[in-house]
Amino acid sequence: MAEKKSIIEEANKKAAEKMISARPVLKDVRPAEDVIPNMTKNTILHAGPPITWDRVCSPMKGGILGAVVYEKLAKDFKEAESLIKSGEVVFSPCHHHNAIGTMAGITSASMPVFVVEDKVNGNTIYANIREETVKALRYGFYDENVQRKLEWNAKTLGPVIAEALKISGGIDLINIIAQSLHMGDDGHNKNTAENALFALKIMPFLVKTNFSSDELSEVATWMNVDDRFISTAVMAACKSMCKAAEGIPNSSVVTVMCRNGTDFGIRVGALGDAWFTAPSPRVEALYFPGFGPEDAGLDMGDSCVTETAGIGAFAMAAAPSMVEFVGGTVSDSISYTKEMFEITVTKNQNFTIAYLDFAGTPTGIDIMKVVRTGIQPIINTSISHKDAGVGQVGAGMTRAPLECFKKALGAFGEKMNV
Amino acid sequence: MAEKKKALDLISRPIKAVNIGLDSFVESLKAQSVEVIHVDWQPPAGGDDKALDLLDRLESL
Repeated sequence: MAEKKSIIEEANKKAAEKMISARPVLKDVRPAEDVIPNMTKNTILHAGPPITWDRVCSPMKGGILGAVVYEKLAKDFKEAESLIKSGEVVFSPCHHHNAIGTMAGITSASMPVFVVEDKVNGNTIYANIREETVKALRYGFYDENVQRKLEWNAKTLGPVIAEALKISGGIDLINIIAQSLHMGDDGHNKNTAENALFALKIMPFLVKTNFSSDELSEVATWMNVDDRFISTAVMAACKSMCKAAEGIPNSSVVTVMCRNGTDFGIRVGALGDAWFTAPSPRVEALYFPGFGPEDAGLDMGDSCVTETAGIGAFAMAAAPSMVEFVGGTVSDSISYTKEMFEITVTKNQNFTIAYLDFAGTPTGIDIMKVVRTGIQPIINTSISHKDAGVGQVGAGMTRAPLECFKKALGAFGEKMNV
Repeated sequence: MAEKKKALDLISRPIKAVNIGLDSFVESLKAQSVEVIHVDWQPPAGGDDKALDLLDRLESL
């Protein structure tokens, strides 16, 4: 006789199945103000859970102020800050707009964003496009070079990719993620294979666009320079998977994990839009030359949507070479994945790991399993300098704070009337 | 007599240890060149009785 499952197990099984059912396709690149829900000319999106201006960390402040100046809403940072304090410019979490943003997650009205559609579940998710590799707005760095790159993204990169995507009919991102896990990527901080696969898939359509050979050459060159160019579209795909599991009654599966450099926040399937937060953790890191732990900001960004969807550090057994970037040993990378099976609902057979005999990636973080085992979700991540105006200082490993899951468990108990 | 011999054998042979829980004990044993396997274990819900009680009630639904 089959074992009777509890109503929560049934709901979690459904949540995991919904996540796995998502089929996100990269369809377009459009200015944020044209497509992101409730986006206005004076709105700046940021990563992580909601936060008040007085608690925003320095690199995120730098990014928000930079975006206000970039959008020509203010002539300098001082004027930009007064507009924010007066409420004339508003800042809002990407997750409140069906969007994600890496590190500080800065997205403003004119910036081009990836448009990722999941027709299976009827969701569309948006993601900003990286403008630089190390000294970038998402690390709170804004100067003339960043401004030039943002302008080039809007004028050339976005429109070229958009036209190629239109001709292609869309690029399937699940297929790219699945292949990349067999090529040494984890999908969060190692995206070399994803980038190469995307470049190969888009190339036949790039050459059919009406752009000049110089413009096409610039775009192709940039996809080579930034070997994580496509990473934010992949994160949007992960968000679409997680979005599919939102609002399922009785589900204790995590649908959002994110951080704003001050707070770490999670959301849970049955608990709607409620946030459960705790202080952002420190990151155990490998630092770039000239930097050390004293320079590091706290964990920041929406990029751990990858782990929430079961890739990233959850799939590090597929990406052993990553330890050169984030620290630790190859056996650590395998242990991380095995450990995450303890706190997840199922294995996603769309994303398999060759080293583990093609086991699917651990998918559907269950807050009940996290609290019972004390095993905190593992995350690999880049680290911003603690101060605005410096950039990335290293990369490493961290864990989602247990406190978020304990708070969510309390609310879940109330919701379930126990 | 046999019991006493067993006990003496135990302390006269090289020690092989299995450590459960606190990993700081592993480091002390390793520092003394003792062969040790560490089992990463902690009490359910980290010993938080209130959380454990809530989990038990939720799991019985």
